[in-house]
Amino acid sequence: MVVRYLGAEVQRMEDPRLLTGHGRYVDDMTMEGMLHAAFLRASHAHAKIRAIDTSRAAQLPGVHRVFTHADLGPKYGHRMNQLYPAPVIEVNKTQYPLSKDEVCYVGEAVAVVVADSRAIAEDAVALIDVDYEVLPAVVNIMNALEDGAPLAHADTSSNLMGRMRSQFGDIDDAFAKADHVFQAAFMQHRGGCHSMETRGCIGRDDPWGDGLTLWTSAQSPYLIRRALATWLGEPEERVRVVAPDVGGGFGPKAGFYPEEIVIPLLARFMERPVKWIEDRREHFMSTTTQRDQHWNLEVACTSEGKILGLRGKVTHENGAYIPYGILLPNSSLTPLPGAYAIPAVDVGVDIVFTNTVPNSPVRGAGRPCGIYAVERMIQTVSRNLGIDPAEVRRRNYVRPEQMPYETGATLRGGAKCVYDSGDYEALLEKALELADYAGFKERQAAARAEGRYLGIGVSSCIEDTGMGPYEGTTVRVEASGKVAVRTGAASQGQGHHTMIAMIVAENLGVSPEDILFESADTGKFPHGVGTIGSRVAANVGPSAFDAATKVREKALRLAAEVLEASEADLDIEDGVVRVNGAPDLSITLGELAIKLSPASAMRVPAGFDPLLEATSYDGSSGSPIACGSNVAEVEVDVGTGEVRVLRYSVAHDCGVMINPMIVHGQIVGGVVHGIGNALFERMIYDDQGQPLTTNYGEYLLPLASEMPRVDVTHMETPSPLNSLGVKGAGEGGTIPAAAAVVAAIENALTEFGVEIDYYPVDPQYLTGLIDRGAAQAAE
Amino acid sequence: MADTREVTVTVNGESRTATVETRTSLGDFLRHTLRLTGTHMGCEHGVCGACTVLVDGDAVRSCLMLAVQANGREITTVEGLAAAVGTLSPLQAAFWKHHGLQCGFCTPGMLTSLTAFLRDNPNAGEKDIREAISGNICRCTGYQGIVDAALDAAKSMQEG
Amino acid sequence: MKPAPFTYHDPTSADEVVALLGRHEDAKLLAGGQSLMPMLNMRFVVPDHVIDLNGVAGLAGVRDAGDALELGAMTRQRDLMADAAIAAKAPIVPEALDWVGHFQTRNRGTIGGSLCHLDPAAELPCLMAAYDAVLKVQGPDGVREVPFAEWPLAYMMPSLGPDEVLTGIRVPHWPDSHGHGFVEFARRHGDFAIVSVAALLTVEGGKIARAAIAIGGADVRPIRLEAAEAALVGAAPSPDAFRAAGETARGIEAMSDAYVTSAYRQRLAATLVERALIRAAERANGGA
Repeated sequence: MVVRYLGAEVQRMEDPRLLTGHGRYVDDMTMEGMLHAAFLRASHAHAKIRAIDTSRAAQLPGVHRVFTHADLGPKYGHRMNQLYPAPVIEVNKTQYPLSKDEVCYVGEAVAVVVADSRAIAEDAVALIDVDYEVLPAVVNIMNALEDGAPLAHADTSSNLMGRMRSQFGDIDDAFAKADHVFQAAFMQHRGGCHSMETRGCIGRDDPWGDGLTLWTSAQSPYLIRRALATWLGEPEERVRVVAPDVGGGFGPKAGFYPEEIVIPLLARFMERPVKWIEDRREHFMSTTTQRDQHWNLEVACTSEGKILGLRGKVTHENGAYIPYGILLPNSSLTPLPGAYAIPAVDVGVDIVFTNTVPNSPVRGAGRPCGIYAVERMIQTVSRNLGIDPAEVRRRNYVRPEQMPYETGATLRGGAKCVYDSGDYEALLEKALELADYAGFKERQAAARAEGRYLGIGVSSCIEDTGMGPYEGTTVRVEASGKVAVRTGAASQGQGHHTMIAMIVAENLGVSPEDILFESADTGKFPHGVGTIGSRVAANVGPSAFDAATKVREKALRLAAEVLEASEADLDIEDGVVRVNGAPDLSITLGELAIKLSPASAMRVPAGFDPLLEATSYDGSSGSPIACGSNVAEVEVDVGTGEVRVLRYSVAHDCGVMINPMIVHGQIVGGVVHGIGNALFERMIYDDQGQPLTTNYGEYLLPLASEMPRVDVTHMETPSPLNSLGVKGAGEGGTIPAAAAVVAAIENALTEFGVEIDYYPVDPQYLTGLIDRGAAQAAE
Repeated sequence: MADTREVTVTVNGESRTATVETRTSLGDFLRHTLRLTGTHMGCEHGVCGACTVLVDGDAVRSCLMLAVQANGREITTVEGLAAAVGTLSPLQAAFWKHHGLQCGFCTPGMLTSLTAFLRDNPNAGEKDIREAISGNICRCTGYQGIVDAALDAAKSMQEG
Repeated sequence: MKPAPFTYHDPTSADEVVALLGRHEDAKLLAGGQSLMPMLNMRFVVPDHVIDLNGVAGLAGVRDAGDALELGAMTRQRDLMADAAIAAKAPIVPEALDWVGHFQTRNRGTIGGSLCHLDPAAELPCLMAAYDAVLKVQGPDGVREVPFAEWPLAYMMPSLGPDEVLTGIRVPHWPDSHGHGFVEFARRHGDFAIVSVAALLTVEGGKIARAAIAIGGADVRPIRLEAAEAALVGAAPSPDAFRAAGETARGIEAMSDAYVTSAYRQRLAATLVERALIRAAERANGGA
């Protein structure tokens, strides 16, 4: 009998360790002779460095050495790699690991101290004197491209980093034949990642032994290995990058940072391991964030609310350097038709430099922005035509019979975006039912009678998940019968160990407890890609499934010979191969593994390769498109402007669910991140480029006390693009959330005619809109 | 010359003595001097709650207390919540069952905080629990699994 | 984010504290540490000496002195919340403390620490303003008493000399029949208030006999809404009267910062004054 794990709510294999304080995060590690580093960071958003005096710092007892750009020497004097080169990048600015002669954002690493302890290193940082010539800074994307705007980099002539455009269908025809054209402009602001574990790394260099090793709190250790080896001009095989337990990622840990060059270099120079752990203030100043995007769109539609076309312009804040190519603006454009069959789109993006921390994806990357834009235009159509917003959506969805549906947009890799499967309207109906949308008007009226303002908002999304190329898995049965499973995919809490153990256990006939799981160590698995873009389930899932299948087939073939039985009569249960109907005839997987890895002078059975092992890179043949519909119900206190989310309902479809408990956790966590974006999280810079929100009293992360219970229901429409039928689930909660919340606020404040053109919607902004609406109504 | 003191604490039932610089926080002392790395430092300014430990039974931020201030006190960290090695406390078991953790970084502070809170408020409802952990930031779970775990643990502790 | 080096002192008496303050020029007093420790960790303050008050005898506790509550400066916020005398005589105190940080910070945080730190958005200074509390300060020349109205000198600067320590707070009783209301608007539970309002009322024979309204968070120091208090006395407790009182708050001095404008603070103050008064009136004379 096959034990079914797939689809079961298996409790996570990771948890007992983490629950008892036995996780192993990078700051938990210590090494013989380890030194500690602290960085001096730029205190100006834009300045020339005239001189750096490290002499006082170097003399402090306990300090080993202080390094500036010059101290790293000419061999290590070049700028960082461009990880994702793209033709649209007109000005290719990456930073130096330590600033050479110009700083372009507050928080840029300028110098570093190596000392006996972190505290002493910080003492010494305070003693470094930098002579800056302060230059004008550009901060606001809305005037960054104007003539005479300060330049983010002194040696450039414009703040335009590049332009992109998503263009398909006949846009002129769409607008020519439209009954109506409506316009809306709005700013979108997304904050930082704020993983509860900051970044941090330990470098160790052993030129006569293991080579260079970097333990780092990261999402993409293989990307870092390649980037670091390339930057050093050394072979990848001599660079090992390990992501141990990682306390949350959410996007910004998927890149490659200056510290991930500097710390291993310091280990090399000092000939001792060196640790650097980012503190929370550094996280605010130096870890990439997402921040501002301004959209100005027009929608062409019929009188019935059928959308014919969407056109407009986006201004995207890039920050000071380009660590991630154009991934973020690209991912903002890809989802532009949203869940709807919009035949024509023409939207361009200006990507602009500012003197702020470089920009990177944050949970959902640009997708929440693109989806928000589409959903805002649906709301615009609904409001102007007086058609219920749910009904406007119904009239525009891509229909199941249109699948696979090629939108016309392109994915990050340049491939066509094709919606593979799903029933968007059915999903909406499930969400509306869960939210008791039909009963809302009654709830709203009852509350209004008490002087309370309730509102409801709907949004739908699609999400391109599971991007390639692959994320491989090796499954090997060892002599003990335990099963070693290795993959490159790093985990930051998504439960990969559990998910992969479930897949392998079910396929191989072993217990998940017998699986020894290792991941995210470039020294243990040849190549991986990274945990970004909800891609792991749709890549590791199929490779783990395929590798386990191959091991199973090999085990059965060998067992059939050993037991002199037909393969068809064999089954594997709890690690033992048995002959059906002959309970005494059996052999364990461990015994089979020994036959395939015999001692010296023995022979591997004829017709078999050594080892009871298989590796697979099977993945998805395209990007599976997940989808969801969300309904937010809010109350607005018009006296204070406070918005409370009372109820939040999600209907989500990420194909076949490997572990519904884990999917549920991803959705709920994602929604709360999205509500944080909609209402709370704002990273503020002043007009000189000084970051103001650099602590958790000022940067508002969502807390348990303000967050609603999130009700989730699922549909499981298998993806045809992989062997398991799975789609990604990591970002589907976040992507539609802001649109639903903002629509609900407007709905609550209909009598004030409130139209929101900015998020996070803070209470001061909202009371301004309420007061203006009340004044207009009074006139 | 660094200002140092000898500090003796009872941690998870075991007496430990070490000399520390007086500027060292209790959190850094537990993690780096005593090598009890289950307690996590998330913000070092008292907002995120990841570093919460029990001092004489009271939940406090270990980043906002000096190690020297803990001299002579009894401290419980996440490593000491379960009755025996290899077992889980009812609250830890409920976190496991209800998917109350993802990356696990905020988890020690959630567990220590809720251990103290549920001890003092065994009849707490959802709203009370949400307020109780409003000083503990979790970026992964959206809090729901944590709240469900706490409600379940409160119930099982009362029945147990 | 590690503190700069300092010398640590753990005196056991207030006299010893004053002596240490006299001896050491750049010293900081460490009470509950819930504000000072973050500032040390971030190196916003870099004192040469830290004088820990946690081992000083006689600084913590609550005593009903007949006409007032005597609170030791080192009384922890959670002990104030749980105290029976406070619950009976000044129930607005636990109501306000529910807004102060989180239970973990209240386990350490003290009333004296909060009053000396004097964050404009903190709840306890607002409360002490409503009560016209009297602060006891010990220095080299003995003990002096400071009415709360004279305590804040400027932004986060109390009337406390470099060799003085706050030892106690005297909170005068209101009649047992008084009503109270503490309301606050903060973005999230436990955050510092954008605006908070403490209101105390007595109602005799259907008329307001006495009123105190203090507004926190709006300006650099708590504001007493004296004109509105005076206007309420003698009036019947009515929605109109409370709305009118609230409207007067639109004219208060209010500060602007990177997050909130003075106009929004004034608007909030108007809303919250009205709400606090309504709640206080409901509770006067043993109401709900």
